[in-house]
Amino acid sequence: MNKEITVGIKEIKARKKLSDLFFENLTLVFALMIIVLVVFIIYEMFMDSKLSREIFGFGFIFSQDWNPVKDKFGALTFVYGTLISSIIALAISLPVSIGVAVYLSELAANVFKTAISFLIEILAAIPSIVYGFWGIFVLAPFMRTTVQPFLQSTLGFLPIFQGNAVGFGLLTAGIILAIMVTPIITAITRDVLKAIPTSQREAAYALGATKWEAIKMALLNAKGGILGATVLGLGRAVGETMAVTMVIGNKAQIKASLFEPSYSMASVIANEFAEASGGLHISSLIEVGLILFAVTFIINSFARLLIYSFTRKTEAK
Amino acid sequence: METAEEITKEAAVIETVSEEKVKYTVETEGLTVSFKGREAINDINIKIRANTVTSIIGPSGCGKSTFLRSLNFMHDLTPGAKVKGTIKIHNKNIDEYDMTEVRRRVGMVFQKPNPFPTMNIYDNVVAGIIMNKGKKRNELNEIVEQSLELAGLWEEVKDRLKVSAMALSGGQQQRLCIARTLAVNPEIILFDEPTSALDPISTSKIEETLFHLKNKYTIVIVTHNMQQAARVSDYTAYFFLGKLIEYARTRTIFTSPREKLTEDYVTGRFG
Repeated sequence: MNKEITVGIKEIKARKKLSDLFFENLTLVFALMIIVLVVFIIYEMFMDSKLSREIFGFGFIFSQDWNPVKDKFGALTFVYGTLISSIIALAISLPVSIGVAVYLSELAANVFKTAISFLIEILAAIPSIVYGFWGIFVLAPFMRTTVQPFLQSTLGFLPIFQGNAVGFGLLTAGIILAIMVTPIITAITRDVLKAIPTSQREAAYALGATKWEAIKMALLNAKGGILGATVLGLGRAVGETMAVTMVIGNKAQIKASLFEPSYSMASVIANEFAEASGGLHISSLIEVGLILFAVTFIINSFARLLIYSFTRKTEAK
Repeated sequence: METAEEITKEAAVIETVSEEKVKYTVETEGLTVSFKGREAINDINIKIRANTVTSIIGPSGCGKSTFLRSLNFMHDLTPGAKVKGTIKIHNKNIDEYDMTEVRRRVGMVFQKPNPFPTMNIYDNVVAGIIMNKGKKRNELNEIVEQSLELAGLWEEVKDRLKVSAMALSGGQQQRLCIARTLAVNPEIILFDEPTSALDPISTSKIEETLFHLKNKYTIVIVTHNMQQAARVSDYTAYFFLGKLIEYARTRTIFTSPREKLTEDYVTGRFG
């Protein structure tokens, strides 16, 4: 009798183990697929850019020369366009985002909070091509007729605000990007601020803090998370293709003026890949993609690290 | 049967005989606090003497903390909270003060130690002063030493003031919070169950601190622990279901309370 029962249990155990094992391995395969995918993308880009890498070497990143007719390629203008437009985007978006996040997490009445949070999510969900259209038909003309003449008349002594006001250029691209990254930075900053325990706010108020001082304290507490949010926004701005392509002007040049047309890494790939003539042209475009990938990869890893270190610190409490 | 207020008055009379003039730091009249229409405390009339430790005891949900938090406008931070009645601090209605001034003069130490996690020990102590007004560096150093000394933490941390506050133990963090409160030089300090998250040794250290503090400050402490109330306080108020049932010298409350309800509670028959 006893023996039979033991055998029965053993069988159940064995069967359960088998199904567990199967499930475990199945999910493992899914997880591994992600790794394979990333490795494969890197590998593919690395191999396909071989020709360009062999001919231009590291000089590729530092050369401004991009001439498909003469088979001369260098990525510096695109790296410059991408970085500067992204930095403009952050410079505009960061104060706005932090302001909105502070309002949402610390000050707003409940009804308003829900409404604005909802609208922010909507903003984040608008396809970038729609932003691009809006940029072409609304923002660029507005920049040309109003913003750029205004900047020239007030701050025109700065080299960055000189030159022709054409409407399409680095500044316009930066503004479009600012609008696109604001929802991301706002949402994360709001969540980071919300994660600060009530006891921290009470501690500040109990010491006689004004509302503004208590908020400063909260922002100080959240600085790691806000930095992480910023870097994630930067990652988005760096990789954004469509909207930027539509308003940046698409001219491979490095000029001091922000009104001048420029070119970004993502834009040049989108514009030229379909009509690329020779193998070297394609290879160079792929190398631009590789650089773009590396930049976004570094930015995102950095953001993860910051957010991780921030959450660990608050949990330690 | 006498009401709590009458007892208060009587106690005041006794006090007057011995001290000539009694100083009350905090007085409340008809203090009622409600949350979204539900009353948490109702018609509290109490006079708290200067330079004493007054403890507030009572079962969970009796309104002890609600009462304490109304004394420094903490309910302003809670949506739906409504405070009625008058609170006087130094004979002046609380509404006549600036809100931040009240909070500076009426310091508060919370149940769970809540030092600022991104700051080191030194910066935690001076956080409140820097908010209120700028001070010179050497003045700050002095205040840090004095405050930590008073909170009984100086000896333990004097060599590592630049270390993160999170590196301290729970008991040390709580004493750091006391030091932080002392640094802004309040007159009244409210303690909301300051030792309920701490071990017995840390608790006794904080109780010792309380004993020293009453020379300079008026202390009101909410506690769940009746032995603690008996050990540290001069006066004890017993709250039950949002009402102040009895308020008298601690010895009287624990040995010969007037109210049956108080007696039941302090003898452990319920609560």
